Amino acid sequence: MKIEVKNLTKYFGNFVALDNINLEIVPGELLALLGPSGSGKTTLLRMIAGLETVDDTDTGEILFNKIDVAKKDIGDRDIGFVFQHYALFKHMTVFENIAFGLRVKPKKDRPSNDEINKKVTKLLQLIQLDGFANRFPWQLSGGQRQRVALARALAVEPKVLLLDEPFGALDAKVRADLRKWLKELQEELGITTVLVTHDQEEALEVADRIVVISKGKIEQIGTPEEVFHNPANEFVINFLGNVNLFHGREEDGRLNIDSSLENEDNNSKFLIRPHELEIVSVNDKDAILQAKVRYIQLAGSQVKVELTHLENEAKRVLVEISHYEFKEKNINKGDIVGIRPRALRTFEDGAGI
Amino acid sequence: MKTRSNSQTSLDESKLVKYSLIATAILFLGVMLVVPLITIFVEAFRKGAEAYFQSFTNEYVLQAIKLTFITSAIAVPLNLVFGVAASWAIAKYSFFGKSFLITLIDLPFAVSPVISGLVYVLLFGAQGWFGSWLIANDVQIIFAVPGIVLATIFVTFPFVARELIPLMQEQGNDEEQAALLLGASGFQTFWKVTLPNIKWGLLYGVILCNARAMGEFGAVSVVSGHIQGTTNTMPLQVEILYNEYNFVAAFAVSTLLAILALLTLVLKYILEWKVLRELKKLKNEE
Repeated sequence: MKIEVKNLTKYFGNFVALDNINLEIVPGELLALLGPSGSGKTTLLRMIAGLETVDDTDTGEILFNKIDVAKKDIGDRDIGFVFQHYALFKHMTVFENIAFGLRVKPKKDRPSNDEINKKVTKLLQLIQLDGFANRFPWQLSGGQRQRVALARALAVEPKVLLLDEPFGALDAKVRADLRKWLKELQEELGITTVLVTHDQEEALEVADRIVVISKGKIEQIGTPEEVFHNPANEFVINFLGNVNLFHGREEDGRLNIDSSLENEDNNSKFLIRPHELEIVSVNDKDAILQAKVRYIQLAGSQVKVELTHLENEAKRVLVEISHYEFKEKNINKGDIVGIRPRALRTFEDGAGI
Repeated sequence: MKTRSNSQTSLDESKLVKYSLIATAILFLGVMLVVPLITIFVEAFRKGAEAYFQSFTNEYVLQAIKLTFITSAIAVPLNLVFGVAASWAIAKYSFFGKSFLITLIDLPFAVSPVISGLVYVLLFGAQGWFGSWLIANDVQIIFAVPGIVLATIFVTFPFVARELIPLMQEQGNDEEQAALLLGASGFQTFWKVTLPNIKWGLLYGVILCNARAMGEFGAVSVVSGHIQGTTNTMPLQVEILYNEYNFVAAFAVSTLLAILALLTLVLKYILEWKVLRELKKLKNEE
């Protein structure tokens, strides 16, 4: 199903929760709404679901296959919704939770008990909880509960799946496993899915497209590669990972740091990701900066080196290099080194990356 | 060595405090609650079991018992509906005047029952606001059964709501939203999702509401008019029998109320345990 959000503005009292949102959700894609808490991403999702309504004071419309759903009941939108805190029916077994959407159908559409049995059994296999039909939600782990919640949403064969921070309450390891599983499942089923998250890593990993939202506004829409490598503005680059800020002027493809430009306009701002910086010898002619090594964090797939500007100890620089490179260059705490950007690019509104 | 003896003294002291506190509490409960309770039964059976059972053959006594049951049979279901509706509104929606409504629900707890009864006399009595209209239309509320029911409803309406509001607030409305999104109707959502979640709390509130409805004296006394065989409930009948020096019958009827109280306590204990367990499960889930 194709979902369009047109010029949507939502108020909560005087607070502007969503500010003129325009968005098109392509059938079959997994779209991530990414933003910090309070950015309006959950409000947008809940409005698509119908849990928040387009009130008289609000403007804009939400179209499902070109039809305005403002007047449609929540239950008639063909939506599967998964809550952050699962919202399983705690007095029902796993089986009954999944069967719920089928059992409440009007008599003429309701499947027979046999059909319900078959369907729930199939869904239990899909979520890899075959033997758990008679358990109660409180007997399951968080990850298992969220899979049950997903099966419950899928049981009614929705045209769209909406996930509100589905892995937010889970441990890091479970979260990583579950999102990989979700991605595979979504591709297999081909169901249009919208996922709300504040975790950039999660969005980058599972989404086909990412919508970056801040303060009720869309900052950028694009594939994970686009938003990561070609961020539209400063907010996006900051939100999608660590970034170093330098002030200076570019001359012949070379960056000349000039801290006197700190209060200048965007043209003197250069934002460079930690992995795009290189540590070189202090006298290297391509070094843009001399710095002192403060901390070295060896745990992780990359070595994180934190340095401070030699001329101003309050200014920090973060560099990420491979373990191999780290060993080769024999970097130690307290060393005075040079910093060199591997690439220097400029982008639309003037800031360089 | 010195510190050790010191700590022992302080330990002794705390033991002394502990036991004297326990003793005080038990003594107090014994004198104030247990002895009177035993007295009721002793007095009721003072002239033997036959006299005790004889008391219940009296027509007025039977009428009083019947009226008590009728009153609570009307008041409790009404307060159940009101309590569920009010706590639903308070727990699941936000609206203007919400905290005022919560305060209002507590009003019967704050007001003396006699005042509660008096309010109805002032409203519906012969000299009251609606008095002349009621007389003109031949409707009698005060000194009749409707007045008793009204006063009882007023006095008992906080019980169900008070019990359900915190429970429903704790549970939030995620489950209801999930049910609606799965296509359930409003009624299905209430019946299949909300009600099972609040059933023990609801029952607990109903039990307490019922105990109060059957035992209420003050408010009912004001509106009843004490017409024997017509507008007397059990507690009022006890007073009349006692004033007539018919002690055995007075205490015999009292035993019914005492047994009701004991039953209520047992049920309350069981239900409290169930509600606590539900809440624990809820905590577990988060």
